[in-house]
Amino acid sequence: MEKILTKNFGLKDSHLLSVYESTGGYGTLKKLFAMQAKDVIEEVKKSGLRGRGGAGFPTGMKWSFVPQDNPKPKYLCVNADESEPGTFKDRYILELDPHRLIEGIVICCYAIRSHAAYIYIRGEFVFPYHRLEAAVKEAYAKGYLGKNILGSGYDLEVVVHRGAGAYICGEETALMESLEGKRGMPRLKPPFPAVVGLFGCPTVINNVETISALPYILENGPDAYRKYGTEKSPGTKLFCVSGHVQRPGNYEVPLGYPLKKLIYEDCGGMRDGKALKAVIPGGSSVPILTAAEAEEVTLDYEGLAAKGSMLGSGGVIVMDETVDMVKSLTNLAHFYSHESCGQCSPCREGTGWSHKILKRILAGEGRPGDIEQLEKNADHMMGKTICVLADALAMPYIGK
Amino acid sequence: MPTLTIDGKQVTVKDGTSVFEAARQNAVEIPHFCYHPKLSIAGNCRMCLVDIEKMPKPAISCNTVATEGMVVHTQTEKVQELQKNVLEFILINHPIDCPVCDQAGECKLQKYYMDHTLTDSGFRETKVHKPKKVDLGPLVMLDDERCILCSRCVRFTDEITKTGELCIVNRGDRSTLTTFPGKQLDNKYSLNTVDICPVGALTSKPFRFQCRVWFLKSTPSICTGCSTGCNININHNDGKVHRYLPRENEAVNQCWSCDEGRLSYDFINEGRLDRPTIHQDEKTVSASAEDAVAEVVGALRRLAPEDVVFVGSAYESNENNAALKKLARELGIETVHYSAHETEDPYFDDFLIKADKNPNRAGVEKLGFQRFSGGTQTKLVVALEGLGKSDLERLKSDEPVLFVLLASNQSDSAEYADVLLPTATFAEQAGSFTNFQKRVQKFDKAFEPEGSVKPAWRWLAEIAKGLGKDWKGISEETLLEESFGLKREDLGETGKILE
Ligand SMILES: Cc1cc2nc3c(=O)[nH]c(=O)nc-3n(C[C@H](O)[C@H](O)[C@H](O)COP(=O)(O)O)c2cc1C
Ligand code: SF4
Ligand code: SF4
Ligand code: SF4
Ligand code: FES
Repeated sequence: MEKILTKNFGLKDSHLLSVYESTGGYGTLKKLFAMQAKDVIEEVKKSGLRGRGGAGFPTGMKWSFVPQDNPKPKYLCVNADESEPGTFKDRYILELDPHRLIEGIVICCYAIRSHAAYIYIRGEFVFPYHRLEAAVKEAYAKGYLGKNILGSGYDLEVVVHRGAGAYICGEETALMESLEGKRGMPRLKPPFPAVVGLFGCPTVINNVETISALPYILENGPDAYRKYGTEKSPGTKLFCVSGHVQRPGNYEVPLGYPLKKLIYEDCGGMRDGKALKAVIPGGSSVPILTAAEAEEVTLDYEGLAAKGSMLGSGGVIVMDETVDMVKSLTNLAHFYSHESCGQCSPCREGTGWSHKILKRILAGEGRPGDIEQLEKNADHMMGKTICVLADALAMPYIGK
Repeated sequence: MPTLTIDGKQVTVKDGTSVFEAARQNAVEIPHFCYHPKLSIAGNCRMCLVDIEKMPKPAISCNTVATEGMVVHTQTEKVQELQKNVLEFILINHPIDCPVCDQAGECKLQKYYMDHTLTDSGFRETKVHKPKKVDLGPLVMLDDERCILCSRCVRFTDEITKTGELCIVNRGDRSTLTTFPGKQLDNKYSLNTVDICPVGALTSKPFRFQCRVWFLKSTPSICTGCSTGCNININHNDGKVHRYLPRENEAVNQCWSCDEGRLSYDFINEGRLDRPTIHQDEKTVSASAEDAVAEVVGALRRLAPEDVVFVGSAYESNENNAALKKLARELGIETVHYSAHETEDPYFDDFLIKADKNPNRAGVEKLGFQRFSGGTQTKLVVALEGLGKSDLERLKSDEPVLFVLLASNQSDSAEYADVLLPTATFAEQAGSFTNFQKRVQKFDKAFEPEGSVKPAWRWLAEIAKGLGKDWKGISEETLLEESFGLKREDLGETGKILE
């Protein structure tokens, strides 16, 4: 299979502009500036590209929600906050192929008629941040960013902004609050960012991986992209496999790929000949699969939904028979109760309470009724809060 | 104008109305903590969840716009279950200090628990502990454990006063309300945060631990702190005022009041004049009401109208000033003067606080009273209320033969008076003030005055009687109607603007 996102990962100094250019990088911009903005959106719609940040929302459709008769400036926010446990894909793009992201940013901004993009990068990503900053500088110097890009008359400014260590700032509206200098807390919706987003202006927010797929789509056309993946989940996706496999790491595979194949072939199977127990297939926020389910499921939006889980961010956490499920659940509860922004009563209280119960069970002090209480808490959080962080913790208890 | 169904009843509301407001306009009060009509929507407490047919999940009514054909349920078992579950969450880390909490009796959390739950919580863990006694500023104390993080107070300082002193720090169940580093909650309106706090997290230092709220009686009234005339309720018990709370009047004070105004009630409780006195032979002696009145009546009989000056007060009600005007007219005194309280370098802003600290200047001006300027070389002065400082200087330089004062409180004027008739404050009588907008606003009697204290107009009526005038049947109503052409009952809850 042809690689779309990781094609340059193996090249020496793949992060440099010169290397990127030598592989045809920034080649789509000439074509881009000859197109009408709305036609670019059409191409992306046709490609069937869906958001890789977690929710899988159709990207072209999201762009078309930006009202073009609104006189306010339009913004792109690139979500590089990647903090979902088990997820480490955007980080590789930022480190190894930052120019692909930048080229994608130019495409997206041109399509939505925006002249400013903000890349919100996770604060702890120090090395990727330096790579990205250097790449942005190079792109400015070479005229791929800034005023009058390649003589097209199109201007675009790109700002890299570092987060300060809050998982919740990856939620799109919390990210915008944080960018505006406020406390990172998700906003109430409606209004949606496409209409009232960053600084109150129409805004598109996309994940790093989503944006990085754009140069390929524009260069080769939607049909080429649709050659990979399934009808409803076209294209390729990065899966970051962690846990008890022989070769953990990032794998770019077409959507619809069997999880079993990913684990047993690409990753070389389970470590130390242990048996598979469970898999969290899409980052810690999605429901867990049993070994049996994991061996049947295909890695696409629909395939995972059919097994009661979600594709999420593509963070595949593989657990072998030695894993204590209570301990892993406690670990998750710790994470979510620590990262809850705290504004919604059910999430603020429910995550903390559940964590306390689990810690007690883990310490051997479980009591009758604990499991029922955990289930109740999950039910009382699910779907009753501003963002889905509460659901993310609720789902593992409910199972599905 | 969408028409929707709320609990089986069809209602039509203005475009853009929330489900919450639509319900409220139709007498259905959906439980809520964070929603406040004057603040932006935060949607964080989740208490106002309702069930809307065809929606996949329960929706918060405060942030859901009412649309045509919507079918909303707010009372079903399912919705009650939702509310109970949110309450349980809010209560798990709550200290439940009700026995020692000032809010008890007017606490939303307590009320909703009584309304919805009344069962034990499943919570068996250790509660999160937070600071219990945080000094936020000169007037406000915070108990962080009681705080339910509704952010009303934060939004108040961000959006209403725009002073932004408050913020919530930390995340999850460690979230804590505090002030920004180096800042204090010390704006001119800080006590409004105490009013809007749905629980006992924010307390008023002057009111803390003074009185359980269920002992308080509440009387609608008007703040006398400045010429805005914020609508208030006087909370009192046993003839003592414990606090003022703002009362809603969209056209005057919305639902707010300033700190200084709401703390301006001490004069009702303290420093009162409680009996008539007469100054004789360099000494001030108590007198019976009859003797004191007789003294004034005698002087008025002796003297010609041009030797008498009447001084009304921009601090007194329309009715008391009207009574003074009536007596003046009947005695043939042409001009009535008025005195006003003066403040050096008064604070004012473009929100509620006015530079003119007199609650009724527009009222006395409407009566045609002239600002007291002294220099009248008169023999008798009859004045309402303690005079302003410079007014008193002018009066003293006139050296009147007799100075009669009808006042409620000890003051320099009272010390200078030859005859003193103790009057009720506005809290102890019914009446009205005319604010800076020329809006006549009524206030009710909160409690009876003590002993021989009575409203100024009653003293004036006794003087009139002594002079052989027929003031029978006189009352606050007749005085207002005679001088302002307004019926008290027509003033309504929000007052009436004078033509
Ligand atoms: C709690 C929470 C954390 C999230 N963190 C991230 C993140 O780190 N990176 C990301 O791209 N999307 C994250 N998302 C999803 C974003 O809200 C948003 O859906 C995404 O950035 C949209 O981009 P896409 O359409 O390209 O996927 C998070 C969502 C939630 C609720
Ligand atoms: S669900 Fe949790 S993280 Fe999301 S907004 Fe509410 S409190 Fe914050
Ligand atoms: S805030 Fe309300 S519930 Fe809490 S202690 Fe005070 S009265 Fe009780
Ligand atoms: S102190 Fe009161 S008003 Fe402020 S956030 Fe807490 S509960 Fe709400
Ligand atoms: S009142 Fe609606 S969420 Fe708080």
